[in-house]
Amino acid sequence: MNKILIIVRREFMTRVAKRSFILLTILMPFIFAALIFLPIWLSSVEGDEVGTVMLVDKTGRYGASLLGNPSYNFVPVAENKDEFYAEESDVEAVLCINGELHKDPTAVALYSSQEIPADLLTFTTAALNEQVRKDKLQSHNIPGLEHIIKDVESTFSIPTIKRDVAGEESASSTDVAMLTGYLFTLLIYIFVIAYGGMVMQSVIEEKTGRIVELMVSSVKPFQLMMGKIIGVALVGIVQLAIWGMMLAAIIFAAQLLFGVDVSAGTTPSMVGGAMVPPTESMSGGNEILSAIMGLPFLEIVIMFILYFIGGYLLYASFFAAVGASINSQEDSSQFMTPVILIILFGFYAAMFSMENTNGPLAFWTSIFPLTSPIVMMIRIPFGVPLWQELLSLFLLFGTALLFVYIGAKIYRVGILMYGKKPSIREMLKWVRYK
Amino acid sequence: METFLSARHITKQYAHHTALSDVSIEVPRGKIFGLLGPNGAGKTTLIRIINRITAPDSGEILFDGRPFTANDVAQIGYLPEERGLYKKMKVGEQAIYLAQLKGLSAKEARSRLTEWFNRFEIMPWWDKKLEELSKGMQQKVQFIITVLHEPPLLIFDEPFSGFDPVNAELLKQEILRLRNKGHTVIFSTHNMSSVEEVCDEIALINQSKVVLSGNVHDVKRQFRTDRFELTCTEKIPDWSDIYSIAEHKEIANAHHYILNKKAPATNSEFIAHLAQQTEVRAFCEQMPSMHDIFLKVVNAK
Repeated sequence: MNKILIIVRREFMTRVAKRSFILLTILMPFIFAALIFLPIWLSSVEGDEVGTVMLVDKTGRYGASLLGNPSYNFVPVAENKDEFYAEESDVEAVLCINGELHKDPTAVALYSSQEIPADLLTFTTAALNEQVRKDKLQSHNIPGLEHIIKDVESTFSIPTIKRDVAGEESASSTDVAMLTGYLFTLLIYIFVIAYGGMVMQSVIEEKTGRIVELMVSSVKPFQLMMGKIIGVALVGIVQLAIWGMMLAAIIFAAQLLFGVDVSAGTTPSMVGGAMVPPTESMSGGNEILSAIMGLPFLEIVIMFILYFIGGYLLYASFFAAVGASINSQEDSSQFMTPVILIILFGFYAAMFSMENTNGPLAFWTSIFPLTSPIVMMIRIPFGVPLWQELLSLFLLFGTALLFVYIGAKIYRVGILMYGKKPSIREMLKWVRYK
Repeated sequence: METFLSARHITKQYAHHTALSDVSIEVPRGKIFGLLGPNGAGKTTLIRIINRITAPDSGEILFDGRPFTANDVAQIGYLPEERGLYKKMKVGEQAIYLAQLKGLSAKEARSRLTEWFNRFEIMPWWDKKLEELSKGMQQKVQFIITVLHEPPLLIFDEPFSGFDPVNAELLKQEILRLRNKGHTVIFSTHNMSSVEEVCDEIALINQSKVVLSGNVHDVKRQFRTDRFELTCTEKIPDWSDIYSIAEHKEIANAHHYILNKKAPATNSEFIAHLAQQTEVRAFCEQMPSMHDIFLKVVNAK
């Protein structure tokens, strides 16, 4: 037991004491945020160039509605000319309107020598539609119709409230629940792949560096494998803890600076707001804050830890066994591809389960141990029956322990086998070796 | 002679071949035991079984007279044939880590290591990463790591491979020094000259079986060819009941003979017989080298 601790300490320290680990851990949230916000920001930046669009408007009534686009300048001209389409021409497109559109919707066309940019088409369509709508309303000749329509069209949003048996009510938000679930699913997904891969890397390094024979003359292969798996897991947990503290510090700082509103808004946007654009229901900071408070946080955190441990143990012992069986990194793909596919499947299943967290896809994939750590985290913020959680955890930990057992057997034989890459059948034979 | 470690009727089978078949060896305490044999004979498998890295299919190991247990690995220092340490780890840190796994406290490991590093004059390497050292330097470090916890049993698998002659000599002296301090040493090699210089006892394994074992002198005597070198002043008769002449040279008034002894006479009787014929200047029995014995035994199969 003591030896496992010594190994855990080394595996942990050699990783955590690295400058790259410290830098990456601190920078990762910023990189993550940048990855999400940079594209949004970039797409919101308008190009400096203003394209010219020739407007051949036979009716003369649409010119006004097309004004005011920062990217395109509509220039009224008398007729469509061939020179507009010349190579050196800076005319982007030609919009021809041949009649009143509310009477003849086909009397319009957009010409260009190239494909029409999507934003131009969207803008033009929207502008003309708006004008046509106005014209149509006008043609009915009913006074105050504009107001009547507006009144009818008014939208509202349904507040969602959680209520338990005792009648205790708490505000809830589907969006906040989805985001929370998404965040934790993403974390488990990334951690299983990244840290499982790290275990494999490290096993391969020991094997190809021929250190392993010396090691197993001092410790049991099982101790070596578990020490490695635990050590790497601790690195992950430390990393998570640092991020958690950074998040808390940011929220705290935001609270001090801007008051409650901003702090509440910070949380969901930190966790990947880009995937689910903030909707109207989320605009009120206090509503979000209370929705977050309404989530079963203790349950989420406990379940996250349990699923993280179970999922990681399962995949890490698989990765350790693979690392022990092969002779170089390049050989790993044969074994890795199916596993990555399963994990990816779990991830997509989780994404689609967001729509209906109690549907059959969500249910079965959150019970199946190879995908449950990833999918269950999506469901938990919405509330999952206890028996499903327990069944899923039981299966997960049962399978994880089975994987550790089989993995250790394969590992023990594999690390001392050099030469040709073993087949799966040979690896299964190793399980039965004395 | 007290036995320190004995392997009894060890058999180990792999999927397609038998690595060891009913192998028994007795390693005496405080001696250097040479495990000889051609490549693929099963030496490394036997060493791995003694290190508890693999388990035998049948047979048992007695360690210090009692059945071998998992805790006994702390009593063994092992230098594998394929050397390797953590390349990215600092030398000192790494040695302390490995010593801790063998049961030393970090403090004890540090003080012993300082002593060794000073003796080998490699103290400046302490904070270097292993990959910064040359291959020979890495081997030295690995040797220190092997013996640092002062185990009663040391196992060296091909210790001289990869060492230059200077360092090989240094290593040989260290091994002899450790033996003289009371450590028991098992070492496997196919470098036969080192066997003659270092080993007290040997076992020769060929095709998964022990084909020859015992004290080096006894083994040599067993393989004596009854060939003698004689230098004398006068010619000896060409024919005799006791010997036949294999070679004869006359250089500077001296006759040099290689003789084959025919009759079952002792060496004393033989020399007495020769002394009657001539004035003996030098007489010596040509003992077979371990190299010859090795070839003879292995090729005989």
